[in-house]
Amino acid sequence: MNPIHVVPEQSVEIDVLERVETCLADTFGLPIHRMPSFKDPLFAFDTQRGQYSSTEILRWLTEKLPPGATALLAIVDRDIFIPMLTFVFGQAQLGGSLALVSLARLRQECYGLPPNPDLLLQRACKETVHELGHTFGLVHCRDPRCVMSLSISIEQVDAKRATFCAACRMLLRDSLEASAGAAAGPGGVQEDSHG
Amino acid sequence: MNQWKILIVDDEGAMRESMAAWLTEDGHVVHTAASGLEAVERARQDDYAIYFIDLKMPPGIDGIETMMEIKKIHPEAAVIIITAYATVDTAITAMKEGAQEYIVKPCNPQEISILVDRLMKLKNLERENLMLRQKLTQQYDFQDIISKNPKMHEIFRLIKDVAGLPSTVLIRGESGTGKELIARAIHQAGQRSDKPFVAISCAALAESLLESELFGHERGAFTGAVAQRKGKFEQAEGGTLFLDEIGDISPKLQADLLRVLQERTFFRVGGNEEIEVDVRLIAATNTELQRAVRERDFREDLYYRLNVVNIQLPPLRDRREDVPLLARHFIDRISVELGKEVANISAGAIRLLMDHDWPGNVRELENAIERAIVSCRERVLGEEDLTFLAREALEGEAWAPPAQMTLEDVEQRVVEAMLQRTEGNIKEAAARLGIDRSTLYSKIKKYQIPRPSSDDN
Repeated sequence: MNPIHVVPEQSVEIDVLERVETCLADTFGLPIHRMPSFKDPLFAFDTQRGQYSSTEILRWLTEKLPPGATALLAIVDRDIFIPMLTFVFGQAQLGGSLALVSLARLRQECYGLPPNPDLLLQRACKETVHELGHTFGLVHCRDPRCVMSLSISIEQVDAKRATFCAACRMLLRDSLEASAGAAAGPGGVQEDSHG
Repeated sequence: MNQWKILIVDDEGAMRESMAAWLTEDGHVVHTAASGLEAVERARQDDYAIYFIDLKMPPGIDGIETMMEIKKIHPEAAVIIITAYATVDTAITAMKEGAQEYIVKPCNPQEISILVDRLMKLKNLERENLMLRQKLTQQYDFQDIISKNPKMHEIFRLIKDVAGLPSTVLIRGESGTGKELIARAIHQAGQRSDKPFVAISCAALAESLLESELFGHERGAFTGAVAQRKGKFEQAEGGTLFLDEIGDISPKLQADLLRVLQERTFFRVGGNEEIEVDVRLIAATNTELQRAVRERDFREDLYYRLNVVNIQLPPLRDRREDVPLLARHFIDRISVELGKEVANISAGAIRLLMDHDWPGNVRELENAIERAIVSCRERVLGEEDLTFLAREALEGEAWAPPAQMTLEDVEQRVVEAMLQRTEGNIKEAAARLGIDRSTLYSKIKKYQIPRPSSDDN
């Protein structure tokens, strides 16, 4: 079975990465392959806005996509944006292979609150599952508890679960079966050494 | 139901594509245009629920001009003007020219999300309203097909049988027998009922107009074609197109129609793009099409294409038993519509209605009931409310001289009748006949007409 590749920015904590990888393996039933981490993606930095362009990072990821990968997920610790919006939590190619999640606005510190590592882990799981869900062709779900529901505030991220509703789960299964050409099997976490 | 589409118009690629991707994740179908001109072109080809238009777009036409052009094509379009700089002036201009909203980028994701949701809800309400209104009309129409007549019941069975088939239907019947109602009933009973039913009378329009009404036209196809327009075939996509008075179309249009029936494709007037169409055709005629085919006024191949299922509607005079039923139905409906408290009809009035020949069929009966209700002062329609029927029947009676009658015979009969009417008053009779008295005397003499009792001499 073709794995989901995860490529983290160097500053992403190891416990966040491990928790996310376990969560993805459980959710998608696919092997998870961690790729060497990367440094501050300065190429995507917009000096006027003081933020990183998620579109630019996704474009850069295109070159990093390993052959045969089911999907490639990048995790950054920078505040990311698309030109129209003040920020985004993440971005993905709908029905494609690339996904990106930012931890910057998932941290309590962003809202002037003391750090909460547990909450960060939960939020990171939800947002990575959500963005990868898009790569499997899933669109936003009207069920606010479903992980595929649209979150445009941190409260909405916290309000939803890390799991799919029954309808989205069914669509995901169809998509996994169609793309893999076989039933999904048990997942496992594979690690690469950090660069 | 078709999914709404969104068009994003911005010369900046990153902005356009990222916004499209963001909205696509929300389940919307999103198209993009890199310039105002491209946006207008897309708007001509497609119908979008929401247009996001960037205000500053060099070169070509700017955001406001783009919006104005799009509004010419789709006056109901919801436009959101986007700009990087908020100035009161541009906001006022945008709103004045018909923009629904004005947003400054970058904006909060919540703002966009709420905006799109609100406009989509509005669009859905508009569509729902339209569909309900159509359904209501169709319901009214369907209820109007009322009959105890066995021939009509056969037709009802036929409607049920053919409703689910894609076959073309030809409905024949005199004017006013309810051909369109039957066509609607077929549409309503079939799988296409949630799609449009579009009706057009071929006799009402000149050939060139009819052509563009049916097939639509491209911008500039002829003088006055200032914008692209979809024709009835496209409007009826997925549904039913009802062509009334098909016998009146020109040979050119007959050929065009035949082509659509055979190929299921057509071209707009002045267009190069072949347009595929999935429409069930129901045609109707009050003329004898077979005779037109024999006389080569109507294409035989088209006739056979249209005449796959044939429904012949009897005139009302051949189903007089339906007159009381229909009359009571129309009284119930029209009295409510007119806000009059007419609840019933007297036995004498029913007798009058049943004795009438109804050359205009059910439509004439409906009009007569409406006219009677308007003048009725009681709760029950009586014979006195229907006196106009007898008067019109007399006026409408065609006069034809008996066979073998010569012109002199006619003249003699007219002179005799006038003398009877004027009780022998020569002066008055001559004046009414438009001749002088001496001419009248000579005719009386010629035809040896006995003089009635009175004279003016």
